Amino acid sequence: MQVIQSGVGELIQTPDINAFREWNREKPTALIDKTMTEAQAIDRFVNDGDYIGTELYGTVRCPMSLVYEIVRQGKKDLRIAGQGVLELDMLLAAHLVKALDITYIGLEVYGVSNCLRREVESGRIERVVDWSNAAIAWRFKAAAMGVPFIPVRSMLGTDTLKYSAAKVVECPFTGEPICLLPALILDVGLIHVHRADQYGNAQIDGISGFAAELARASKRLLISAEEIVDTETIRSQPDRTTIPYYLVDAVVEAPFGSHPGEMCYAYMRDEAHIREWVEASKKERSTREYLDKYIYSVADHHSYLELVGQDRLEELRRE
Amino acid sequence: MKGNAHSYNSAAEYNPTELLICTASRLMQDNTTAFIGTGIPMLAASLAQRLHAPNLVAIFEFGGTGAILDQLPMAVGEQNTFHRALAASGICDIVETAQRGFIEYGFLGGAQIDPYGNLNSTVIGDYNNPKVRLPGSGGGNDVGSHCWQTIAIIRHDKKRFVERLDFVTTPGYLSGPGARERAGLPPGTGPFRVVTNLAVMGYHPISKRMMLMALQPGITVEDVHSNTAFNLLVADEVEHNPPPTTQELKLLREEVDRDKLYI
Repeated sequence: MQVIQSGVGELIQTPDINAFREWNREKPTALIDKTMTEAQAIDRFVNDGDYIGTELYGTVRCPMSLVYEIVRQGKKDLRIAGQGVLELDMLLAAHLVKALDITYIGLEVYGVSNCLRREVESGRIERVVDWSNAAIAWRFKAAAMGVPFIPVRSMLGTDTLKYSAAKVVECPFTGEPICLLPALILDVGLIHVHRADQYGNAQIDGISGFAAELARASKRLLISAEEIVDTETIRSQPDRTTIPYYLVDAVVEAPFGSHPGEMCYAYMRDEAHIREWVEASKKERSTREYLDKYIYSVADHHSYLELVGQDRLEELRRE
Repeated sequence: MKGNAHSYNSAAEYNPTELLICTASRLMQDNTTAFIGTGIPMLAASLAQRLHAPNLVAIFEFGGTGAILDQLPMAVGEQNTFHRALAASGICDIVETAQRGFIEYGFLGGAQIDPYGNLNSTVIGDYNNPKVRLPGSGGGNDVGSHCWQTIAIIRHDKKRFVERLDFVTTPGYLSGPGARERAGLPPGTGPFRVVTNLAVMGYHPISKRMMLMALQPGITVEDVHSNTAFNLLVADEVEHNPPPTTQELKLLREEVDRDKLYI
């Protein structure tokens, strides 16, 4: 197959699909209790320098309680699949990110991410490689399929491709140029779900984003759930299980785990709190004050929720 | 047309964002599929559904298909993108649907656009030493690659309408006729319209360069040229867009964006 073009971007994580198979072979398949706290999950399964991915996108179903704990424990030199808003903004704000495969990091209606700008424009982030949204999701899909790359028709002809680590080849079947995306295997995946049982069988309501793909592309997978349910609840509707237990390493119960983001059918996003963050993130100093207030000086997710206040949380349920 | 028909509003009675939304909304057709990006496309789709396109099938990249846009989505994955929708899947399904040729229109924004409709939403300045780091492609590149006809919505000034982009995030006609196909993009796809606060542009059928087609109320051809940093072609007959109607503005202000997040 003739390579027509190679993106100049660095491959931040190599698609070693055989090593991934070996890893998966060793993962326990017994039905064991994996429930633990955020502190235990991050301490056990996240290392400095790890390549991390989060799901979903924007302010939706964000694994915030897990991310706050990463910030609290100061796991550093992280490499990140940059497809997010609030959770990645926190990691950027705390200067924990060294390399980024990025598709979109912004504040949506509130514009460009101030933290992303500071980290990239100051050079604190050493490497940034651009991709499209679907390209990152498809890279997870390739890893989920257990293959080293996936052919797609996105990114062709653009600087998005030129500066990525994708390649263009002549399709051996049609003769036309096609873009090959390298599989993206995560050291750690973080997903917040509506419900999971103690073993990690996890169900999501509403759109599934790229949960199925990311879960299957992760060497270690940490699930936080609004609610830990009995396995009988899972068994009564097994078709709803997006993430089966054997993919999962830790299950953390985190009611309002997406706050200040939303959880569809359960609670709305906390607009006032998001605005507070947007304002705070404009300056380095106020960013630090925000992190102090909501993360560093808070012991855990439970204390965070107390700080936000039960009345406010109930309002978000009712809105 | 100077807004003299009694159901129309004079320029003083609406702002440029409202004009952009109303103009984009009029391009959305009933019973068509439209890939809706964040921001103004969402407002335009919501307005279109309330007026001339109740069965506009709004498609959002993280899985919402056929939402009823009673409430304005604040993000491309939030629950209003699949409110009373026909299906709720995920990003791979949605973009693969576009890649298979099922999605007719794609509505996009961007920080810069060039004469061939290529868009930049990645960096201003040098890529390796950026003056401004922008959010990145997001779904922009995917929409511009796979939808049959893409419509860019962008404010009109010389900083945005440039001869050369600092970074081609999303493909328009790339370097000109045939370039998309040579790059491997699906044949027959490409930019269709550019909606701005000054005008509506299309593309010359042969040269694929941007061409002025209609002027917004009170705007002259010279106004458009003086806010465009490249040589903009002008159609033989330039139309005059009617201003937003009283009904459009009322719906926009009282229902679509009642919290005044955008307008």
